[in-house]
Amino acid sequence: MFKFFLVKLSQLVPTFIGVTIVAFSFIRLLPGDPILLMAGERGISAERYAQLKSQMGFDRSLILQYFDFLKGLLHGDLGNSLVTHAPVMDEFMSRFPATLELSLFALAFAVIIGLPAGVLAAVKRGKTLDHSIMGISLTGYSMPIFWWGLLLIMLFSSILGWTPVSGRISFLYFIEPVTGFMTIDSLIAGDWGAFLSSLHHLILPGIVLGTIPLAVIARQTRSSMLEVLGEDYVRTARAKGLSNYRVIMVHTLRNALISVVTVIGLQVGLLLAGAILTETIFSWPGIGKWMIDAISRRDYPSVQGGLVLIAFIVMIVNLLVDLAYGVINPRISH
Amino acid sequence: MALLDIEGLSVRFKTSSGLFAAVEDVDINVDRGEVWSIVGESGSGKSVSMLAVMGLLPWTAQVTADRMTFDGQDLQQMNSRQRRRIIGGEMSMIFQEPMSSLNPCFTVGTQIDEMIKQHLGGSRKERHERALDLLAQVGIPDPAQRIKAYPHQLSGGMSQRVMIAMAISCNPRLLIADEPTTALDVTIQAQILELLLKLQEDTGMALILITHDMGVVAETAKHVVVQYAGRQVEKQDVKSLFAHPRHPYTEALLSALPERAGDQDRLPTIPGVVPGEHDRPSGCLFNPRCQYATELCREVEPVAAPDDPASTLCHYPLDHPAAGTPPSAAPSQDPPPSDPPSPNPPRPEVRP
Amino acid sequence: MTAISTPAAPGTFRYQLASFWSDFSASRGALVGLLFIVFILLVALFAPWVAPHDPAMQDRSALLVPPVWHAEGSWSYLLGTDAVGRDILSRLIYGARYSLSISAMVVVLSMGVGIFLGLLAGYFRGWVETVITRVMDVVLAFPSLLLALGLVAILSPGLTSAMIAIAMVQLPYFVRLTRAAVIGEKDREYVIASRLSGAGHLRLMFNTLLPNCMAPLIVQATLSFSTAILDIAALGFLGMGVQPPTPEWGAMLANAREFMGSAYWAVTFPGLIILLTVLMINLMGDGLRDALDPKMKRS
Repeated sequence: MFKFFLVKLSQLVPTFIGVTIVAFSFIRLLPGDPILLMAGERGISAERYAQLKSQMGFDRSLILQYFDFLKGLLHGDLGNSLVTHAPVMDEFMSRFPATLELSLFALAFAVIIGLPAGVLAAVKRGKTLDHSIMGISLTGYSMPIFWWGLLLIMLFSSILGWTPVSGRISFLYFIEPVTGFMTIDSLIAGDWGAFLSSLHHLILPGIVLGTIPLAVIARQTRSSMLEVLGEDYVRTARAKGLSNYRVIMVHTLRNALISVVTVIGLQVGLLLAGAILTETIFSWPGIGKWMIDAISRRDYPSVQGGLVLIAFIVMIVNLLVDLAYGVINPRISH
Repeated sequence: MALLDIEGLSVRFKTSSGLFAAVEDVDINVDRGEVWSIVGESGSGKSVSMLAVMGLLPWTAQVTADRMTFDGQDLQQMNSRQRRRIIGGEMSMIFQEPMSSLNPCFTVGTQIDEMIKQHLGGSRKERHERALDLLAQVGIPDPAQRIKAYPHQLSGGMSQRVMIAMAISCNPRLLIADEPTTALDVTIQAQILELLLKLQEDTGMALILITHDMGVVAETAKHVVVQYAGRQVEKQDVKSLFAHPRHPYTEALLSALPERAGDQDRLPTIPGVVPGEHDRPSGCLFNPRCQYATELCREVEPVAAPDDPASTLCHYPLDHPAAGTPPSAAPSQDPPPSDPPSPNPPRPEVRP
Repeated sequence: MTAISTPAAPGTFRYQLASFWSDFSASRGALVGLLFIVFILLVALFAPWVAPHDPAMQDRSALLVPPVWHAEGSWSYLLGTDAVGRDILSRLIYGARYSLSISAMVVVLSMGVGIFLGLLAGYFRGWVETVITRVMDVVLAFPSLLLALGLVAILSPGLTSAMIAIAMVQLPYFVRLTRAAVIGEKDREYVIASRLSGAGHLRLMFNTLLPNCMAPLIVQATLSFSTAILDIAALGFLGMGVQPPTPEWGAMLANAREFMGSAYWAVTFPGLIILLTVLMINLMGDGLRDALDPKMKRS
């Protein structure tokens, strides 16, 4: 098992290097001189230009620049934001928990509803319930997130007034950030009202972000279940006289979950991509919105740093999913 | 009273091109302690009939029978809970592919324990003891180690032994073995068959062995049912079947055995293939491949004569008398088949 | 001259086409999807004749007119107008042209490059395969939209950059599929037979292997097509794709966002048409997958 883990980890290294190269090249691929770009419309004096050039290391060879970048990366130094002049790493870390909270909520929503739905559809294969669930799933899968968010806001916030329009928590509350998770922090602070408010704010964006993963999970669960239901060992389980419930929940689901878990893990990439749109619509102060702002404000160090960090997170999660797969599948763990 | 009493069993599958009759009008009566064999080629419906009795067919299957009882209880009428008590508890089944018939996610011990828990109960310790006993009984070395193994860690023969252990764990009165050795090495085949027969002797349970290998039939069974394309074409005890087969198909199967080849250079084969869903011939289903087929065979479906103890499904059963009864008369316009020379085509020697 | 009614012999292309069609049309959803796609293709093709108005024409006297079924609506603006008085229905119709053609080009580009790379990787194995798969892993490490945004930022926002960016993002799927299919087929007898009769690398890759790997690729192509439509719309929504005043569905949504509360039609209809189009393509894709892959269990 440990060998399995090491193998997977070592496979990540070249990918990670590739990611850093991509991020590194990003600024340098932009049309125009990077320093002038970063200076913006104001323009800079010749001395300042020379100063910045040596400061940022642009006067050194490309290879050395890359290694500087890599070195900085390993120390957690990704440069400073052009807009706020704060370290990119700090900007990222201060916003990341918001995205994480939203993504976890969305994922939980997707799994709690999608998994049972898929099982139900598989068990009632061919009947109306199956068709309805798959129809809804297909619709969710085809949904443009940004429109879905706007639609739900129109319906539930503007017309019905059930949910807030934007933000993480009502502006009446101020909670001291401890974990960065508004829900947990408000519980730590003992403020029940704040906790409820934070949940209230999570609902709509969470549903919007979780819609596509829900559809994917439901479909995958259903097809995995159907595949397993046709296997010989399920027939053996029935031949043992076990109850239908046990056959489905213990024998079939356990095996079907193996491939479903992989799919759940792969949703992370999707969640982060979806977070960009969802956070924009709901003004959710996470890294998705931060990246969009950075791109439109030409805050290139932030974009570069964000690219590396986000890609890094996706790779780590994929590694964890691979490991989880190895644990769940006895053929690998034994 | 027969243990398993089935009459007129038919199984039809719903397919995109209509209903397909995989099994038509099969009768099976197994008494306590008897050893039966159902033999036929792939596509004969031999597995399907037994799967239907156990209730293991997919939802596309329609099972009908005039009578289907186990130990007097009507299998068709009982509710699912009663049925589940019988399946596994009194009547169990092992399958052809042991490697894929065990759940890869659970250990051998867990799977056997589950079975015992379902039907016999007992404390965890008792169940564990019993599982170990069973593994020893089926000839698995070092049961205490093996009980913790996962299915993918076992060989084919080992897996099948585990399956057998599981099947007999609740002392069933009938064990159905669906081609248990087909997927195994030849050397292991003999061992597994021997094991099955020994268990049958020791426990006194009835055994139905499904196979396509006449050699296996000769070694194991006392009574034989021959099936072709879903129909039951002959039913006899093993000795008379081998000495005096009554259906041309049985005769052809027997003559294909190497032991019967004698001095010929080439083994006889049965030309053609078993009819599938879309190419069912009219009249007798075997007629395209039968060396004795006549116009009658091609037009009218045969019916077993009521006084024929072998229930031969043929217009012209081979005229070796079965257990002393005269050859039966075929319906209406057929000439009596008893004495040569007859309108039947002469019985040719082995076809090249 | 053979009569048209003779059934095709098994093994011929006509037979394969006929049996494919009977499998495909067995699924009602797939047929509905296909019909809708054909319909919208025709609408897009004949946009100048179908659309009641010029999509760029602004009618200052008809700002934010509601759809026809409202009291203030009018028959000349069936689905209402937007904030500068342009007919929404006409913009949707012309928008179809952009969405469909851009997505089609994206898929062709992605498929072409992806299949080529996949063939190389699967056929030559060794370091070629390693390099190609690693590069694709890097592409996959970035969330798709983020990568597309980054690329667009580099290439400056516009139609072509959006196309290249989204094609790039779809690339790994085609590469992986092709590579896996090629590896699976490479050691089959018909390939060895071809090789023994002297076929060169190129011929083996394109003539022998590729046609037998097409089935999953076609299914992926429909999936990529629908994803491309969504991604183009997303980029348009963020202002990074097609630039105004082009009537692109996503951009229309962005413009209408501020009128969410007051003019629901400006927001609802563009999104609805995106949803419908993608849904129909996915339906068709499902039917394609069921018809093309014999091993797939019919659901």
